[in-house]
Amino acid sequence: MATGEFAAHAAHAHAGPTSWIRKYVFSLDHKVIGMQYYFLALTAVFVGMILSLLMRIHLIWPDATLPLLGEIKPETYLSLLTMHGTIMVFFVLTTAPQGGFGNYFLPIQIGAPDMAFPVLNMLSFWVTALAFIVMIAAFFVVGGAPLHGWTGYPPLSALQSSGPGEGLGADLWVISIALFCIGALMSALNFITTTLDMRAKGMTMMRMPLTCWAWFITAILGLLAFGVLLSAGILLLLDRNAGTSFFVPLVTINGQLAGHKGGSPLLWQHLFWFFGHPEVYIAILPAMGLCSQLLSVFSRKPIFGYKAMVYAMLSIGFLGFMVWGHHMFMSGMSPYTAFAFSIMTMAIGVPSAIKTFNWLGTIWRGRIRFTSPMLFALGFVSLFVSGGISGPFLAQPVLDIQLHDTYFVVGHFHLIMGVASIFGIFAATYYWFPKMYGRMMNENLARWHFFISLIGTYAIFMPMHYLGMAGHLRRYSQLTELNYLHGLVPLQTFMTYAAFVTIAGQFIFLFNLFWSMKFGKKASDNPWEATTLEWTTATPPPHDNFGGHMPVVNNGPYEYSVPGEARDFVMQTDPALVKGH
Amino acid sequence: MASITTSTSIDPAEVILGGRGHLDHGSADFSARLRRSRLGLIVGLTGIVMIFVSYSSAYVVRKGLPTLDPETGTLVHDWLSLQLPNFLLVNTLVLLVSTVTMELARRQAAREVLASGNSAVATTTRTETQGMPWLAVTGILGLSFLAGQWLVWRELAASGFYVSTSPSSSFFYLLTGTHGIHLLGGILALLAVSAASLLRQTAESRAVAVDITAWYWHFMTFLWVYILCLLEFAH
Repeated sequence: MATGEFAAHAAHAHAGPTSWIRKYVFSLDHKVIGMQYYFLALTAVFVGMILSLLMRIHLIWPDATLPLLGEIKPETYLSLLTMHGTIMVFFVLTTAPQGGFGNYFLPIQIGAPDMAFPVLNMLSFWVTALAFIVMIAAFFVVGGAPLHGWTGYPPLSALQSSGPGEGLGADLWVISIALFCIGALMSALNFITTTLDMRAKGMTMMRMPLTCWAWFITAILGLLAFGVLLSAGILLLLDRNAGTSFFVPLVTINGQLAGHKGGSPLLWQHLFWFFGHPEVYIAILPAMGLCSQLLSVFSRKPIFGYKAMVYAMLSIGFLGFMVWGHHMFMSGMSPYTAFAFSIMTMAIGVPSAIKTFNWLGTIWRGRIRFTSPMLFALGFVSLFVSGGISGPFLAQPVLDIQLHDTYFVVGHFHLIMGVASIFGIFAATYYWFPKMYGRMMNENLARWHFFISLIGTYAIFMPMHYLGMAGHLRRYSQLTELNYLHGLVPLQTFMTYAAFVTIAGQFIFLFNLFWSMKFGKKASDNPWEATTLEWTTATPPPHDNFGGHMPVVNNGPYEYSVPGEARDFVMQTDPALVKGH
Repeated sequence: MASITTSTSIDPAEVILGGRGHLDHGSADFSARLRRSRLGLIVGLTGIVMIFVSYSSAYVVRKGLPTLDPETGTLVHDWLSLQLPNFLLVNTLVLLVSTVTMELARRQAAREVLASGNSAVATTTRTETQGMPWLAVTGILGLSFLAGQWLVWRELAASGFYVSTSPSSSFFYLLTGTHGIHLLGGILALLAVSAASLLRQTAESRAVAVDITAWYWHFMTFLWVYILCLLEFAH
């Protein structure tokens, strides 16, 4: 068997790298590119986290003078807020689960030697890295980073003179977003083509692990969404620099006409949120796929309702494009339109509930192994439910009028989109680290990391719901001059202390990650006794993933505790199980 | 030619039902590479479609928006009707002819693969191109189209329609400019294909590259006709 298949593989795959530059920098290997994406996201997440810490410090000690930064002015606070949101959404939540783990494991899990277009894959990463550099450069130009928020609403974002940071800093912000879109589009192209065309013999779509389904559906969302954001970004750049009026109406700044007329800020909002809402699912779907996988592996049970999980993800992806208007209930839209968006939004609760109950069904009466990846997967489900449950509140236009732009929204999306997705990234790291580096991560440190992160997350973000219901608007940089907020200061103080502890906990993870690369316990090829293809190959996987032969798939991805089998798991490449066995 | 088209078509049932196990050897290698490249192209073009769908929706929305006239305090429309220069028809004709020459180049490259036997794995070097150099003709026509677009821009500017004059002119420059950049990408692809032939790439590799460049080019022609219709019928 091997000879013919080796020939087949050899004809496809690009040659192995020969120089250090081609092996570690401009590599065509999807595994190296995946790690490049991962470490880019890791850098970004620590930058974003420090920005959030500065915000929290300023909220409770507004007069504090910080080393290097000095006193934080209100406009500086808005810059921190803008850059925190942008960096986290684009360079962490979009980059690590899809670009990082998707790149590394999609080809291996479907039995392919690489992505369909390796050169394009490399370009995707480097364009994304360039976008990150351009984004960070916004801190260091005259005027500093922009202050228009990650949503970039015009006219604030469209006028150079609308505030500090809205000059060159804002131009760099838009250019960075546009570059990121180009990188994401190229990446989506690769993911979709690879999934449809590169699967190993026997790897039908319905035998793919749910991780692959999640990456595939995420790529489709990215393909349809990032083009729209790219267009909007180009229009915004023209408004800012070419005197056009796509988004800017007749406005005055300090009594002077800004030189634009007739544009519509709402047009930006429509275009932005047509991208922005699917972006939520771009961030969360890979984590959903991964946690489905992990709950099955560590409960030693088949996933409950595989097909339902696939259709639920497809439904979430489809409905995700129908609901962007729920971000704009306050824009004066027709109540009938708002009603339609509201109904569609609440409809997403159906596939989300299907997934949640299927996760519970999967672990129900399972022989659960509480490993670190499993803990984070369970934490993901907890955060997904806690953050998701406030979604139907915000989906009601009449409630949203009260809660819009308050801390309630911040608490909601940080739980469901932010930290839930980050828990997915952590789970993936603990789960796949042995395959990537050939060593196990330290379990004790991982447990400390898990409990600090879980409790800390709830301590930071749950109180935000109460703040929001009390009418605390989300972009206020100081609480001292607003009498009605005085009673909320103790809660804000508590959240800041919780942030200190939670962020300190992340350094445990960072230490564990790098320490384990060198000193971790040696890992076997399949330490978790899992069934999917990455556990059939060597650790770490060879350049061509399967060491010169291509796998042939005979079984589904979740064959655990099959009656009559000697082991409690059946690999996808094992001889086919007899139906009705 | 017909046999190539048949063997490389994407069967949706096959895509959904089962992995093919990388049919990357011998004659199947060409077939698989062509199929994969075409699939990638379709996906990529979907992304480009979304860009122009966004522009189109923005065009329609912006066209209908009134603005406040600060002098009279009334709502007025600032969308100035743009009379499209007649020279655009010449440019359109050039692009339509180029899509025909591109198709001839694609068929020519496919014939070369058939002539080479389409059997050995990546060993067949390309023989001298037979007949007309259709790729070069297409490239020249593409550059002519872009030069023609530049003349149209100059003509509009000369008549007082700049990027910021009116939303109608903003969209004109935006749509034609974005299309021009994409077509320039097609011309660069043609150059890359020509360089590949100089580098003695296999007939198969060249045919795959020419094939997807051709379909990209056809799409750019279709897109231009769409843009022209939008600008003409919704001005």
